[in-house]
Amino acid sequence: MSEQPLFKVTIDNITVEVPAGTTILNAARKIGGDVAPPAMCYYSKLEGSGGKCRTCLVEVSKGSEKDPRPMPKLVASCRTTVMDGMEVKNITSDRVIDARNGVVEFLLINHPLDCPVCDQAGECHLQDLSYEHGKAGTRYEFQRRTFKKHDLGDKIQLHMTRCILCYRCVFTADQLTGKREHGILDRGDHAEIATYIEKNLDNEFIGNVIDVCPVGALTDKTFRFKNRVWFLKPVDAHRDCKTCSGKVTLWNRGDEVYRVTARKDQWGEVEDWICNTCRFDKKQTSDWVIEGPRLIDRHSVIAQGHYAGTVGTHKPTETFEAVHAGRQPKLLMDIHSISEVNQPNITLSQLDRPAHSTDFNHNKD
Amino acid sequence: MGVKLLLEKAHVPGIRFFETYRKEGGYQAVEKALKQMDPAAIVEEVKKSGLRGRGGAGFPAGMKWSFIAKPEGVPRHLVCNADESEPGTFKDRYLMEFLPHLLIEGLIISSFALGSNDTYIYIRGEYAWIVDILEQAIDEAKANGFLGKNILGTGFDCNIYVQRGAGAYICGEETALIESLEGKRGNPRIKPPFPAIEGLWKRPTVVNNVETLAAVVPIINMGGDEYAKIGVGRSTGTKLISACGNINKPGVYEIDMTISVEEFIYSDEYCGGIANGKRLKACIPGGSSVPILPANLLLKTAKGETRLMNYESLSDGGFATGSMMGSGGFIVLDEDQCIVKNTYTLARFYRHESCGQCSPCREGTGWMEKILKNIDTGKGKMSDIDLLWDIQRKIEGNTICPLGDAAAWPVAAAIRHFRDEFEWHVNHPEDAQKRNYGLAHYADPIHVPA
Amino acid sequence: MSKFNDDQLKEFSRLVARYPEGKQKSALLPVLHLAQDSFGGWLSAETMDYVAELLQISPIEVYEVATFYSMYNLKPIGKHLFEVCQTGPCMINGSDDIIDYIGTKLGIKPGETTTDGMFSLKTVECLGACGYAPMMQLGKHYREHLTKEKVDAIIDECRKNAAANN
Repeated sequence: MSEQPLFKVTIDNITVEVPAGTTILNAARKIGGDVAPPAMCYYSKLEGSGGKCRTCLVEVSKGSEKDPRPMPKLVASCRTTVMDGMEVKNITSDRVIDARNGVVEFLLINHPLDCPVCDQAGECHLQDLSYEHGKAGTRYEFQRRTFKKHDLGDKIQLHMTRCILCYRCVFTADQLTGKREHGILDRGDHAEIATYIEKNLDNEFIGNVIDVCPVGALTDKTFRFKNRVWFLKPVDAHRDCKTCSGKVTLWNRGDEVYRVTARKDQWGEVEDWICNTCRFDKKQTSDWVIEGPRLIDRHSVIAQGHYAGTVGTHKPTETFEAVHAGRQPKLLMDIHSISEVNQPNITLSQLDRPAHSTDFNHNKD
Repeated sequence: MGVKLLLEKAHVPGIRFFETYRKEGGYQAVEKALKQMDPAAIVEEVKKSGLRGRGGAGFPAGMKWSFIAKPEGVPRHLVCNADESEPGTFKDRYLMEFLPHLLIEGLIISSFALGSNDTYIYIRGEYAWIVDILEQAIDEAKANGFLGKNILGTGFDCNIYVQRGAGAYICGEETALIESLEGKRGNPRIKPPFPAIEGLWKRPTVVNNVETLAAVVPIINMGGDEYAKIGVGRSTGTKLISACGNINKPGVYEIDMTISVEEFIYSDEYCGGIANGKRLKACIPGGSSVPILPANLLLKTAKGETRLMNYESLSDGGFATGSMMGSGGFIVLDEDQCIVKNTYTLARFYRHESCGQCSPCREGTGWMEKILKNIDTGKGKMSDIDLLWDIQRKIEGNTICPLGDAAAWPVAAAIRHFRDEFEWHVNHPEDAQKRNYGLAHYADPIHVPA
Repeated sequence: MSKFNDDQLKEFSRLVARYPEGKQKSALLPVLHLAQDSFGGWLSAETMDYVAELLQISPIEVYEVATFYSMYNLKPIGKHLFEVCQTGPCMINGSDDIIDYIGTKLGIKPGETTTDGMFSLKTVECLGACGYAPMMQLGKHYREHLTKEKVDAIIDECRKNAAANN
């Protein structure tokens, strides 16, 4: 492989070196954290994706070392490649934040906000985005656009009303399956994802459209209304599958497998595409070899009640004592020695009234 | 009488047919270009002429041509943009309907200059009868050795095909046009790559407007330098203006770009004044997407200078007090016209024509239309005006293609210059349904700060 | 199911021959026009599947395109389709009155077809005849400088043509 030149790019005052041809978005992801612009339509594994949602707009304040002129308009960071010496402003630009707030508002004006009954809630990118950039109220005073629900076969439901037209599912069908049967119909604010004539999407890999959907427009009918994602414990598991890698995340409650998804990385992108059999048909713990808990971003609502080590059938053997060769953990401070409130020898429930400070004093004596 | 380079022969009986066109001196430019010049020399002449794209953006045509990539063994294409759809614009239709051979002649020369052996005319679907006119002209040119194999014995092969669109304004945007020509939805592409590098079927492609390509004929005939002498500054040559609205003589006029806006509207040679003896209220001088100007700012710039019909003068003052040459669609509104209603119909147009690919345009155009409809029908609130302003601001510049800007500018300009008319609609909802706001102070001379 | 006759197939071949080998999809728009003109003025799902088959592309690619462009009718329409422009320049020259007049005269609203299947009324956006406003498209041609009298004459003309063809 020929040596690719490295370009220096500075995003929000942080400089990284990336190979020529890298997009601003991917350079920013290399830095990570808030510097990475949000992306609702771009998907690194889908060729041709990106550029549509406009949430990843950034300001290029210096074009390159050779041509330092700034770019007049904000650019879609997912489709703009870096130049050597380029300087980019993302969260340090008021223009970007203003435009992004606008985009989020546009995406929300016709969104149903039915999160309380939407299966995607808790892992919805639009939810995250509106939490970051949205306003509490809406300025939109008109009836929202609605579409009828469609079944794309017996496993996938299309709830077009929630769709933000990111085109990811169309690219997925195009690039993963032999023959695409759904697409974008109509145009403008009437555009919709559909099959035109009622059709089952029938392909071994079509279930992946559920995973790439950033919102709750495409949902898994085998999981529909069964549970909220934040009550489930995600664990990585695998099985020997002839069609796909067989590497999945199981979403369990107790020993019950509620749903199976592909494993997603920190940007919410699928690591390995999985087949429909793994996704829809293997719902027994015995179908899988459990690897361990899935790491979930602690900011995610899914992380609540999700304690690594107590999930599913997997019980860790590496206790503190085992790791420290039998040594007991050394406490930095003994809470009982400094707090009178939590005296272990008082049983508050045995008092027939609220506890008084005198109760503690008495015991001290 | 101004100089006529394109429409000089438009009224010669039978000019639509090859025989007459040839007798009137047609196809001499092809002979000159193919026999005496090489492609680089033609590009050089077009550069010297200062010809700017006549479709709306006004980008220098010679420069656009020089960007085309020439990878070994990859065919290149010239595509003629005849998807004229900007409200107020009907000049290309006139040119194709009455002077089809002028366009074909320009296309042959340009194809030779760019190395395009298969050239396409993408014409809007509604111009169905013009397809027949163009195809007949192509057949005639072919029968006379000006198209097909080995043109005039020079070894240059060229075919021209007419592709009909099917009703989509967005296909006037060059990458959407290319998508449509490939048999797809007219979704504009994300740039870069630009068509000059990766266009039709991923081959290097140049897309030019009908009028631009027709103008190549006089440029070759008279030479780029002579062409550049006509007009003023960077507005060289002649420009077709399609005038419509409340004027006595709507139609297509060829102007050299030295005349004033006032002369264009009031002289008998052009629009012949405002119809029915009414007064001028406002004008959209370059197709519906450019900012509307009240009469006072239209005839004189904010500096008090006479405004001329050319690129620089029309945009003098920026968007604050100026507008744009655009596509040359000149829409005149008299004192009886309602700015709110007019803006509403334009917002409806852009909502209807949005491809729906990117969120600001898809959602924003519909939102603006709904608010404007409310204000127009007396259901608006005062806060709606500020909301409209904020929406257009968040669309502009943030979309994939210029349709977002095209939708935002008319709304912005209407509020900028006619805010009191919007407010009157909100404050007097009942009156607003019965009568128009009228002229107010728009026709008064503007106060120029010292 | 209807298929192209020999003449139509010849036209189909002429359209496809304009594009390089393997780029036959480029002919989709003109072929859909041909299909619409050949099969009763509208495109049924069967017609679109047929076009897909002819061009060797998948049906969804045809549906995507047919629903994008406003000139393809996806439902049956009347024998005569009045497409009246309502955008800015036509509006300031009174297109709203013309639309109302046609609607009242035919007893239909925009988007509807008369019960006898003779006329359909459709409002459209700018057709590029702004200087000759108000206007409408009827079949292949434009009818411009519309007045109520002209509309009456056009409706009579359509009725007469229909009677003559029966």
